[in-house]
Amino acid sequence: MTTATPTVGAGVQATGTPGRAARVRKRLNSRTATLVSIVIALLWTIPTFGLFISSFRPEDQIKTTGWWTFFSDPQFTLENYQEVLFSTGSSGQLASYFINSLAITIPSVLFPLAFASLAAYALAWINFKGRDWVYIAIFALQIVPLQMALVPLLKFFSTGVTVAGVQILPAWDLVDEQKFAQVWFAHTCFALPFAVFLLHNFISQLPGDLMEAARVDGATHPKIFRTIVLPLITPALAAFGIFQFLWVWNDLLVALIFAGGGDETAPLTVRLAELAGTRGNEWQRLTAGAFVSIVVPLIVFLSLQRFFVRGLLAGSVKG
Amino acid sequence: MEFDFAAEQPKFLMLMYGLIAFVGVVGGLLLLLDVVPAWFARRREERLVAAVASGTPLPRRRKPREGVIALFFLLPTLLFLLVGLVVPAIRTTLLSFMDKDSSSWVGLANYSWLFSEDSIVRVLINSLIWVLLVPLAATAFGLIYAVLVDKARFEAVAKSLIFLPMAISFVGAAIIWKFVYAYRGDGDQIGLLNQIVVSLGGEPKQWLLESPLNTFLLIVIMVWIQAGFAMVVLSAAIKAIPADIVEAARLDGVSPWQMFWQITMPSIRPALIVVVVTLSIATLKVFDIVRTATNGNYDTNVIATEMYNQAFRYQENGHGSALAVFLFVLVIPIVIYQIRNLRQQREG
Repeated sequence: MTTATPTVGAGVQATGTPGRAARVRKRLNSRTATLVSIVIALLWTIPTFGLFISSFRPEDQIKTTGWWTFFSDPQFTLENYQEVLFSTGSSGQLASYFINSLAITIPSVLFPLAFASLAAYALAWINFKGRDWVYIAIFALQIVPLQMALVPLLKFFSTGVTVAGVQILPAWDLVDEQKFAQVWFAHTCFALPFAVFLLHNFISQLPGDLMEAARVDGATHPKIFRTIVLPLITPALAAFGIFQFLWVWNDLLVALIFAGGGDETAPLTVRLAELAGTRGNEWQRLTAGAFVSIVVPLIVFLSLQRFFVRGLLAGSVKG
Repeated sequence: MEFDFAAEQPKFLMLMYGLIAFVGVVGGLLLLLDVVPAWFARRREERLVAAVASGTPLPRRRKPREGVIALFFLLPTLLFLLVGLVVPAIRTTLLSFMDKDSSSWVGLANYSWLFSEDSIVRVLINSLIWVLLVPLAATAFGLIYAVLVDKARFEAVAKSLIFLPMAISFVGAAIIWKFVYAYRGDGDQIGLLNQIVVSLGGEPKQWLLESPLNTFLLIVIMVWIQAGFAMVVLSAAIKAIPADIVEAARLDGVSPWQMFWQITMPSIRPALIVVVVTLSIATLKVFDIVRTATNGNYDTNVIATEMYNQAFRYQENGHGSALAVFLFVLVIPIVIYQIRNLRQQREG
């Protein structure tokens, strides 16, 4: 994911006109508004901050005193992280689940990204019969809750497809880490309608003259797609990439069903939910564990926030 | 305290297979798309040459087969959607009319179970509370904050802090807030909420065990996450209001209150609707928060968690499917409302 920003498609992000608007706003700039908004923002952050502080406090401290006492009696340890990441057995081993999260997330982002950009290009720039109907159908699939697909899809993986007693497709019969493939498959399916919609929004806005000129020069569709369209829609690809990354990394439901609960495949979220259930009072593990799962999306989010916001606005407001 | 990295190797191998498959599929497709049109072009050329050589009139140049190319571009998407979404959704609908192991038809039995079983009615009521409160609270907060921060300094930082929970998983958020709600019977409180209650002279409570209060406390978590989304979209809409309008109103001497109701609100109405609709749909499907915080116990269950329990814990495929279909049915009116609004905007 590159951070170079050609601004094609960036017209989606609504910005105020500078100059007069800025001056008007400046005149209105009131100190109360600044103060109140900052206080609220800090209040909003306190729960996360408390968790963060607690994750560095020794076990007996966490369990007996509030995290706010840290400031009067600071005691610092990394033991919680050491334990929750690397201890084996039922108490932690999060490092293993962290790897699972990575192994699940990377292909689950790449596949829909590639498939959707191909589809979006075809729907925007190739003339064929029934194009509008295909687009509307894919668009409409956005409203189908993924709950509608869970039971049959799991069955599809575990028993294959039989029509009238004849086995058409065999069961996947995956074991251990091979189950990643199921999760990739499921995430790809569930992401595609929104991905096609979002990327189509961007791709269809590219200048038609550009395509026309390339066609006249004898470029084929794959050539145009690779050399003209892909470089121009990098911001859109980044926007969807971040979207999908956060969604997959943070997902619990799909992983719970298709990855199973073992340390061979289950991602961090599944493990954390399990810890919260079975060891709900082991705050030294829960706080550190929660932070381990939060830190990656937080970094991605903070460093690529503008793409994310742009994607959000394109996906919701433009609708 | 030993961590065996060698044991992790198969995972990386699997990840590598996945990436190889990715490169193979996508690269192969693009290559195929390059080769196929080239082959058609060559064949046409050959036919032209043959026609010239035999002296017959030149065959009419056929339109290039755009449809075939488009099909290849669309193939992976259509295939995945068909196998992973369309067919399963149809099957789920069918399964909802069948018994628990999907062996015989039971008519509407699963749906009448949905509305007669007390615990499920409770689930439906909870979901209703969720879907009424979350969009309302999150949108209201997001709107107020967007207006407030529009005039403030440090706007970007303040907005980032509100927006930050969007990056945190629902599971992580549930743990963060479980910690806020934590309870200890004796000694100092470790949960912020109980500490505040105690310092105000109250008695500490086991917040998450007390129905119906616990449902509202879980709703707070969802609002905490989603308010940032509402704020960002609405803030962008507010900034998109033309400066002339704002300035003209100001020259007319309108009060900030009038400005908000007569200029801001009508201008951002479309964005407002989008936010409420998006949040309603997301709230209907809420699963992770309830499952992590209470596992649906103490009367906090909602449709999505109950669907998971029925289908995957009790192996009640019929009940689970009926719940999934019901969820889908609930989404439809929201979407229709949204579409009608969009159409009105285009016409108006």
